[in-house]
Amino acid sequence: MAHSVRRDAPELPDFSLLKRLARDQLIYLLEQLPGRKDLFIEADLMSPLDRIANVTTLKQHDVDKLYKVEHKPIVSTSDQTVRGCFLYPLTNWFLFPDVVNADKAFGRFRRYKIIFSPQKFYACENLLEEQGIFGDVTTDEWSFYLLPLDDDIISLELPEFFRDYFLEGDQRWVRTAGSALHLLHSVYGPFSKVYGIGRCSKMAYESWREQVEEGEQRARQAEIGNVFLIDRDVDLVTPLCSQVVYEGLVDDIFRIKCGCVEFCPDVTSSDKSIKVMLNSQDKVFNEIRNEHFSQVFGFLSQKARNLQTAYDKRSGMDIKQMKTFVSEELKGLKQEHRLLSLHIGASESMMKKKTKQDFQELLKTEHSLLEGFEIRECISYIEEHINRQVSMVESMRLLCLLSLTENGLLPKDYRSLKNQFLQSYGIEHLLTFSNLKQLGLLVEQQPGETLTVMESRVGKLVNDKTAGQIQAGPNTVTVFNTGWVPIPLLYLIQSDEEYDLRVPRDMAYIFSGAYIPLSCKLIEQVLERDGWTGLEEVTRMLNGHEFAVTGKTSGVKTDSQRIILVMFLGGCTFSEISALRFLGREKGLKFIVVTTAITNSARLLESMLDNHA
Amino acid sequence: MFYVTHNPYISEHSEKLLTSLILYLLDCRWSVHDDVILLWQDYVSDWTPEETVKRMQQGKVYSLEKFRSLQDKLLLLDEAVNAHDGNVITAVLIYLKKSLSKEILFRELITREIALRHYIHYLKEIGEQKLLLMQYRDHLNVRDENKRRDFLKNCLSFPFSPDDATHVQDHYTLLERQIIIEANDKQVESSGQADIFKKYPRKASILNMPIITTLYYSCFYHYGESDGTFSSPANIRKTFRISDKQFLLTCLGARAKLKAWFDVDALFTTKNWLGYTKKRSPIGFHRIVDILQKNNAPVQVLQDYVNLVEDVEQKISLAQKYKCHDVIINTYRDLKDRQQLIVYRGKVERSSSEYRKIEEILSNSVRLWGEVSPRYRSRICFPSSKLNLNH
Repeated sequence: MAHSVRRDAPELPDFSLLKRLARDQLIYLLEQLPGRKDLFIEADLMSPLDRIANVTTLKQHDVDKLYKVEHKPIVSTSDQTVRGCFLYPLTNWFLFPDVVNADKAFGRFRRYKIIFSPQKFYACENLLEEQGIFGDVTTDEWSFYLLPLDDDIISLELPEFFRDYFLEGDQRWVRTAGSALHLLHSVYGPFSKVYGIGRCSKMAYESWREQVEEGEQRARQAEIGNVFLIDRDVDLVTPLCSQVVYEGLVDDIFRIKCGCVEFCPDVTSSDKSIKVMLNSQDKVFNEIRNEHFSQVFGFLSQKARNLQTAYDKRSGMDIKQMKTFVSEELKGLKQEHRLLSLHIGASESMMKKKTKQDFQELLKTEHSLLEGFEIRECISYIEEHINRQVSMVESMRLLCLLSLTENGLLPKDYRSLKNQFLQSYGIEHLLTFSNLKQLGLLVEQQPGETLTVMESRVGKLVNDKTAGQIQAGPNTVTVFNTGWVPIPLLYLIQSDEEYDLRVPRDMAYIFSGAYIPLSCKLIEQVLERDGWTGLEEVTRMLNGHEFAVTGKTSGVKTDSQRIILVMFLGGCTFSEISALRFLGREKGLKFIVVTTAITNSARLLESMLDNHA
Repeated sequence: MFYVTHNPYISEHSEKLLTSLILYLLDCRWSVHDDVILLWQDYVSDWTPEETVKRMQQGKVYSLEKFRSLQDKLLLLDEAVNAHDGNVITAVLIYLKKSLSKEILFRELITREIALRHYIHYLKEIGEQKLLLMQYRDHLNVRDENKRRDFLKNCLSFPFSPDDATHVQDHYTLLERQIIIEANDKQVESSGQADIFKKYPRKASILNMPIITTLYYSCFYHYGESDGTFSSPANIRKTFRISDKQFLLTCLGARAKLKAWFDVDALFTTKNWLGYTKKRSPIGFHRIVDILQKNNAPVQVLQDYVNLVEDVEQKISLAQKYKCHDVIINTYRDLKDRQQLIVYRGKVERSSSEYRKIEEILSNSVRLWGEVSPRYRSRICFPSSKLNLNH
């Protein structure tokens, strides 16, 4: 818990409205194809769809059977003319004609309707035309932009955003982001202030502005006052660090998908896996999700003791009390018991995995990298990690962290480490290295730009407590995508005193006190200063594109001013969400995190791989 | 006659109405046929690039065909880029791809970075990659190993950078050798000639595995072969320029797995010029101990290597972790730390040889050491970790 908690934060708006809107739109689209139909849903869209409209609802609207599309020929059992309705997200948009053509090959004639989600690309229609099926289908779009994953997390479920925009330079999702903002603005706005940093943020903002002007303006009582847009590449270090808050760890180890996680048998201590929803409805989870992992065990065991005491109450009861107990309390206790054992099982499993992997040693290396100490030792550690073929993604992650914190590898180190990596994990990763270089994640220092010793120490943001100012050290500027120039790293070094994780004093607790996430620190500072004044040095190092716009309805001090929507373009980690929650508790604000997708180091790096056909 | 208002901002509803009306008229073969076509063309041709792009963004009816001159096309493209909408940029590029020759299009795209990026991404997605590394990537599509090897051979002629060219060369050489090794070993294994394959049957083929995995396999199944054969560790080491450190680590892993402790020993033993053997390692011995332990080496073997750890604190900590009693006792004896010996005596079995050994040392301590030196006592306490993850 924060050591100074303000209890006067306003209530969050209700986001279930977004789900209802999406559901209503889907039903409307389904009913445009009258009669009974089969629904073919692309694999990636199944989980989000489940959160919006479950099978019962769909069946109520003339949907006969549901099939999962996985880019293999679908063998459907019905022979007669059946209406087929495809629900297709835009990942692998170029693969769906295979499915339709496969059907044609089987001589089956159907009336097809293809619903693209969240929008239709012109390239899709073009592909239909090229494949000769333009006349056989009708196309539509389901503007399902926003999926609320929890009370304060909304996801666009667009994991491909990061690669498409930051690696390929494709701006196809910019308008989608703008539309998502527009939807939130019309339902929960109007927004009074918009801050942002990053090129994509700027474009998304402009796209949103255009849509606002095209549409109708209606006066309403704002529920969300302020918006902060941030590009993922403003801070690439944070998503690459190992997560140690509970929710982050669960995501790193078990992979949370759409707010849901699957626990394998050795966690559930039964013989099958269990799928669990992880959100604020799970009371146990809600209390431990933001906690540093070292505190979790203690908390869970305390809770287990309390639970036992509550159960033991029974022995002293009479019949009447027993009846009340069974009807009112027992169910709740049983529920808590179930959740508790799940989380204890998960924690145990995580501890086991981490001890096996020498987690301590790994964290020590990470922290050394972040602080810029003992770099040669870190490089030896990474070398050995690669040599022992421990884990391809982990090795890559460490290499990228090294490159980001050291402003690039020395040419001889780059060659040597690349060579060892290719030898250990396969030469086809030549492509991956090329991608990482392009993105600026793993680069070599250019000879012409050797920095002085002073400059090569990564810039530090030292919190000058007396003057209340932020000073940033010198560093070089980043240029996106036209050859590499160092990406600066700004972070706060904690003083050497012991960092008490039980009563954390700032957001650094999410990384055991070693590092405050840059993205969250920026947000904190900009909100405090109501703009970017005093942060010029910082923004220059982050390549600018910062902006702060005040809307027409500002100046009115309402509760909505204390609800801030933060939109991450390119993904956001659970650690950052925990940090923002902490910040909110400290300042009496409520943060709503909107992200193009939930991400972590593994997902980020896997999107850079090109080693499969 | 109809009078069409040239207002691009008429509402969508009226526009749909107008469009259907025109189409209906065209269908009806009225004598105003030609006039209607002219009207339609007129109507459509009034949309400037800016208006067209705006319509595309809003999902309205649009027409690109009238942008026939190169100048108009480029204006359209630039307008699309200014709108920051990737969907529209790609749509315009698709049109340009159809209506411009490749050379002209590329010539114009070279100077338009954003448009070029979108174009390349589009081509990649629909499978028309012709770029260098992309062509190399195609090798992953070739399933048959012989065909893939031939494909890689072709890639060798591409103008890669010198470093990358070496890697591609290695890739080809590696696959070429793997094919030979695989064929050979498969045959040997099925004929039951070699013991090693009977005791440890192969779980997977060696094809397409990384170099280090291949080396591990070779150290496992072909250890000791001369460097004349493709399958020998020495040959692989030479061909792929594997560092001493890497070679050692991999060999160690393989021999430890097979519990071939003599082979492990030989990896570290060198003879100096006087003919004495000495143990050396390019990586710290604590790492060696870690690897051995993960391969379930017996305590006697672990002990020897724990003994070689240079840092005293680390040595004691490892010895305690893996219960190498002799190492601990000898170290405390060398440090002349009586107190620790007494403490440790309490941890071992009363009747064991370790107990007796400690007793013997303690009883002789006064004679051996004279004054008990407290100097080392304070050194052997371990600073609590700042991180303190495990309570």
